Amino acid sequence: MDLNTVWFALIVVLFVGYFFLEGFDYGVGILLPWLGRSDQERRVLLNTVGPHWDGNEVWLITAGGAMFAAFPNWYATMFSGFYLALVLMLLALIVRGVGFEYRSRDGSRRWRNTWDWLIFVGSLLPALLWGVALANLVHGVPIDAKMNYTGTLWTLLGPYGILGGLFAVLAFTLHGALFLALKTEGELRDRAVGTARRVGAVTTVVAALFAVYSYFATDLFQKPGFLPGLLVVVGGLALLAVRPMLDRGRDGWAFVLNGVMIVAAVATIFLGLYPNVMISSLNPAWNLTVYNASSSPYTLKVMTIVAVTLVPFVLAYQAWTYWIFRKRIGVRERLIY
Amino acid sequence: MDLNLLLARWQFGVTTVYHFLFVPLTMGLSVLVAILETLYVRRGDMAYRKLAEFFGRLFLVNFALGVVTGILQEFQFGMNWSDYSRFMGDIFGAPLAVEALLAFFMESTFLGLWIFGWDKVSKSLHAASMWLVALGTTLSALWILTANSFMQEPVGFVLRHGRAEMVDFFALLGNPQLWVEFPHVIFGAYATAGFFVAGISAYQILRGHHPDLFVRSLRLGVLFAAVFSLLVVVMGHAQAVHLVSAQPMKMAASEALWKTSPDPAPWTLFAIPDSANQRNYLEIQIPYALSLLAYGRLSGSVPGIAELQQQAVARYGPGDYVPPVGVTFWSFRIMVLAGVLMLILGIYGAVLMWRKRDLGARRGFLRLLVWAIALPYIANTTGWLMTEIGRQPWVVTGLLKTANAVSPTVSALDVGLSLGLFTLLYAVMAAADVYLTLKYVRLGLESTEAEAAPVVGVEPGVGV
Repeated sequence: MDLNTVWFALIVVLFVGYFFLEGFDYGVGILLPWLGRSDQERRVLLNTVGPHWDGNEVWLITAGGAMFAAFPNWYATMFSGFYLALVLMLLALIVRGVGFEYRSRDGSRRWRNTWDWLIFVGSLLPALLWGVALANLVHGVPIDAKMNYTGTLWTLLGPYGILGGLFAVLAFTLHGALFLALKTEGELRDRAVGTARRVGAVTTVVAALFAVYSYFATDLFQKPGFLPGLLVVVGGLALLAVRPMLDRGRDGWAFVLNGVMIVAAVATIFLGLYPNVMISSLNPAWNLTVYNASSSPYTLKVMTIVAVTLVPFVLAYQAWTYWIFRKRIGVRERLIY
Repeated sequence: MDLNLLLARWQFGVTTVYHFLFVPLTMGLSVLVAILETLYVRRGDMAYRKLAEFFGRLFLVNFALGVVTGILQEFQFGMNWSDYSRFMGDIFGAPLAVEALLAFFMESTFLGLWIFGWDKVSKSLHAASMWLVALGTTLSALWILTANSFMQEPVGFVLRHGRAEMVDFFALLGNPQLWVEFPHVIFGAYATAGFFVAGISAYQILRGHHPDLFVRSLRLGVLFAAVFSLLVVVMGHAQAVHLVSAQPMKMAASEALWKTSPDPAPWTLFAIPDSANQRNYLEIQIPYALSLLAYGRLSGSVPGIAELQQQAVARYGPGDYVPPVGVTFWSFRIMVLAGVLMLILGIYGAVLMWRKRDLGARRGFLRLLVWAIALPYIANTTGWLMTEIGRQPWVVTGLLKTANAVSPTVSALDVGLSLGLFTLLYAVMAAADVYLTLKYVRLGLESTEAEAAPVVGVEPGVGV
């Protein structure tokens, strides 16, 4: 495997980590105003992700930095091309992050309600927009010979892009509900389980629709080799197994299985993309690939050494903090924030 | 200038200056909070824990804005400056990625542990996590300034395939510009936090709110303010000396030195630069001072704008290579003035402490300290304005002009829209930040109890 492929794989790993981890805290944010009926319940919901959401978001920051370092043309084309979508996402991430930090810092009902809704919107929009963005990556977007995107925001919002966005929102909402089922207790947990059942049913239907649409709209399934096909099957089966696990009270398994589905979906999309990183709908010769979009071999080598040295430490201490905060949280607990 | 370029520059300027209102404070304040908490752990004195919690809360309110505005900074290069990203990605991306891997993960993970871990981990581990946050923020500054230093002074690269490619990673880290810029920024950040802590402690003492406790953080803050104001001035001088050889045009612009100076060079204390006619009005000059500033001795002439412009044309072809002189000149002077005032106040406080005077009883000095909180903010902002505007028309000195760096396909309408939205949102966030900061300062040490009050039936949480 050459270093270009290694870096493609690393960026996929970063995106997979980002969607798996921040997927559930987006879900919790989306469910916050609906599941939390009292101020106290909302504090419980927020505290389940409190110690983790910021660290989860760094997966996105790192993925962005890695794209810039390893594939500057990909970074430049995608982020200037999807300009307004990114502006919306950044506005959302800003109000969301500030919301987490500020929402409980004033006692007034209006203050807290406002931030709760901003956290909701701030979680919903990035989920939606990442779904739209990934769908468009495999579907292809207008890119000219100079590697510049020539479409608009509306180009991205075609039916396939919208369906991708909807799928992402549902998958993350389910992920959040399952995480809450795992991390809360009492009535709140029961409500989270109920929500997971309902959202799970809709997610399954939309996931199937998205898979079928992908078959016709992209070449995800026409790719030689069985890996993407196998991943789709694994992802589908994992999603179908969420409900039985939930019925048996195996919250941990239900959460992990939905996580497997998210990982499989993201991996399928990126594997289907490879060796391209962006597909031009105007001319296949104008596709961005892991070769024409990449940095120099020297930079890739330096970055590989850095990543191999640092990533194990990051994984170790992040896993360790999840272990420290492993207990369920209830309304009677001493609540911080 | 094209409208989309102009708007993209405004957006970068507005969002960067705003981001940097929060960053220096939190970089320095994490160290001060870590020191306060360590004192609590070592001595078992609850007073220090209360102080650590109090300043920790102010730290968190400001840290949140630093983090969320930082995300925009990272993506903005691709969004608004895609041709810059293509040209520079091979070099600029690497430090940015290392920053995320090495610094942001550490910062965010251990801050989460610090906020929620008061009862879950041991006291020393809890204090250690704030030290790791402080280490993370400092490393973050090192890597982002590695990238910025390359823009001021490109090293360790070749031009190949129509872009700058890295050939020596360690040259980037050994960039002479980095080793005058990084200490200057770091010391400035620590001085900022010193004045912040000193000023707020002074305010609490003035209104008789736990003066016995706040006099301790006051002393710590004054000590930080004194030591780091001195160091920041020393490094600022080193940077100026380096500037004359590395970026003489920026030096000339920040001095409004239209013609090459006589030897020895006088320093212009005050002037109204007139770019159109390349001359100054109402000049007040101090003999010898520019030679001293530029070379550290009482002789030597400094090259002027006209001569440097000629050299640039000979080297890079026809064009205007003069940065906006008025802004560069005045931001430099305001920065220096603020820095000198910081130094005087800091040293005065340190001398009082040295002579074992009761700082808490010097009400006039305490009042000054409250107002002095603004000084480092002024210095930080104007310092960056001078650095970045003084580099124009280059975005990467000698390699890429700002006009050639902008995204070609992002319309002025798009940029205008995003500039408006970000400005509006940032203003609202600033209002919320100031509101909460003032609220916590007013509540003082009782803010822990006040925070959990509206929730009935729950014990007040420790910590946040």
